[in-house]
Amino acid sequence: MESVLGRYRNLIILVGVLFLQVLGLAVQVKRGGAETENTRLIRIWTVGAITPFERSVVWVQRGVGNIWHNYFYLRGVRAENRDLKEQIEHMRIEQVRLSEDAAQARRLQTLLAFKEQFISKTVAAQVIGSSGSDLSRIIYIDKGGDAGLQRDMAVITADGIVGKVMLVYSSVSQVLLINDQTSGVGAILKKSRLQGVLRGTANGEVVLERVMSDEQVPVGETVLTSGGDQIFPKGLPVGTVANVANGKDLFLNIKIKAAANLDQLEEVLVLVEKQERQATAEDNVRVRAADILAQRLPSVPDKPATDAAAGTGNAAGAATGTSAGSAKSASTATPEPKPIGSATVPQSKNSSATTIPHVPVGASPAGAASPQAASAGTPSAGAPSVGTSAPVGSTTVSTPVEHKITVVRSKVPFIAPSNVVGNPVTGSKPPAGPNKSAGTPSAGLSTKPAQGPSKKPVPTAPSQPTSQPSSQPSNRQPPADENNPQ
Amino acid sequence: MPVTYTSGEQVEVYRFSIPATVGFPLLALFLQAFVPRRFPLFSYLDLPLLVTIFFAMARRNPISGLLTGAVIGLVQDSLGGLPLGLYGIAKTVVGFGASSLGVKLDVENAGARLLVTLGFYLVHAAVYFTVARGLASLTLNWSWSRGFLAGLANAVLGVVIYFFLDKFKQRT
Repeated sequence: MESVLGRYRNLIILVGVLFLQVLGLAVQVKRGGAETENTRLIRIWTVGAITPFERSVVWVQRGVGNIWHNYFYLRGVRAENRDLKEQIEHMRIEQVRLSEDAAQARRLQTLLAFKEQFISKTVAAQVIGSSGSDLSRIIYIDKGGDAGLQRDMAVITADGIVGKVMLVYSSVSQVLLINDQTSGVGAILKKSRLQGVLRGTANGEVVLERVMSDEQVPVGETVLTSGGDQIFPKGLPVGTVANVANGKDLFLNIKIKAAANLDQLEEVLVLVEKQERQATAEDNVRVRAADILAQRLPSVPDKPATDAAAGTGNAAGAATGTSAGSAKSASTATPEPKPIGSATVPQSKNSSATTIPHVPVGASPAGAASPQAASAGTPSAGAPSVGTSAPVGSTTVSTPVEHKITVVRSKVPFIAPSNVVGNPVTGSKPPAGPNKSAGTPSAGLSTKPAQGPSKKPVPTAPSQPTSQPSSQPSNRQPPADENNPQ
Repeated sequence: MPVTYTSGEQVEVYRFSIPATVGFPLLALFLQAFVPRRFPLFSYLDLPLLVTIFFAMARRNPISGLLTGAVIGLVQDSLGGLPLGLYGIAKTVVGFGASSLGVKLDVENAGARLLVTLGFYLVHAAVYFTVARGLASLTLNWSWSRGFLAGLANAVLGVVIYFFLDKFKQRT
């Protein structure tokens, strides 16, 4: 017996070691794969042994890179800075436009009692390592439980989602990428609103499953998170549709090109805190274009009212535009805040030449230079400018006090037409001076006596002004007040 | 004395210092985890496998070889998100096979090392895929061309690494 054991000792030990590993593997698979806590100790040891090296290398690499980029390689930085500043200007303008849309959406959500999810806190982390295997799409980041990370938190970049936190150690966390075959993300197609499940494949691709084959999914369509997985907030970019083919069981096989570069991640954000709250209408309505633009444009000293009255209609129009664009109430609209009317811009020597062309307004920037200036003072003077500012919609609200309010929202609601001197719809007379501009009807909002219970929108084309004078001019009010005119 | 196919001399059995025994596997695991983030093609290489083969062939002790393979494989498993044991089983088999082969063959020259490494890479892949599919129910795609090319790349790199690691051998 001893001789047999001695002769086959190596083989017996091999079988024993293999048997133990197979047994352990079977137990793990039965208990739910690698996500269970029964292998946590071994993983902690390994991560504790490997990640200090990774952190050190990343630290040295970052230090050297910072020294090089911040002190030596500064070529083209000025040009880049200038470009970025211009980009910021563009984006601020765009932000204002979007904030209007967001405010409207918020009001609608309030009406529908929507609950919103907000990303209230994120933690930036650096990728320090990976699993090193093609079959397990795992990365390690240099933040862990000490930084407030927990399991199942979403990990994103500015481009799109990356994955979720799988295991959390004290100073390191393991992140499962969305192209791992064990991952799953609720996703929705942006335009068609078809929902599916995003999964990784063995080859590291990302596919959208559970979309019926009779649906039309165009290549290039954007895919967003649906929020159904309770990990990623709704609406985060996932990627774009790269290929669509018929799959198994009446479902489409949709390959997705991930928005984030999953192969070369360096920094990521971990969403450590989400808030869910009832939508409220007051969140964003006070962010106005006029306020932002007023900070950027130079101010013009106050002028006596007589000067304005004696001047051309453009000056009055400018003041009118200011009050209209800034959507101030009648009692607060004074020329004191830096006027953003187009007539004021050319007067300033300090005005930046780069800021004005960014304003995508249809009106000519300088009212005085406009050909319509000659006819300033008439209600139709401002018509071309208003008309070319591309109204995108109108909202008609019937009110109990038999007034019909028509809100015309232009694409650039914050830029007032330069040569509007009266309400083109109602034909109200222009104000005598800037101080009276508060009483001037705004370009986008007009009131007229209701004509019965009809809810048809009042024609707002400025080129067809009515001759009825308005007896009750109004200014653009905050959206919450639109249903309650004076 | 084991029967060998060498030129009559008894094959050399080597040992390694503790820092080398611990340090090189750790270094291999670190590079395997760190480099693919910067160079994705690096993930085709399997440095822990190369280290396992080298130590097993140099020590020429099957038990030592299989234990080395098991430990390195389990550590590699624990860096990934899959159940522990996939790499562990595959590298255990490779460690045992490499040390058993080292007892019988002279694997000191580059050509032999290239072929042995290529062969063990394919064995490792076969065992891994079998276990992953059969026990862990993972969906894996096997491509012969890709597997062979990856094996060749590993073998070439292995020859280079083995010559470097030869400097740390100590005669028993």
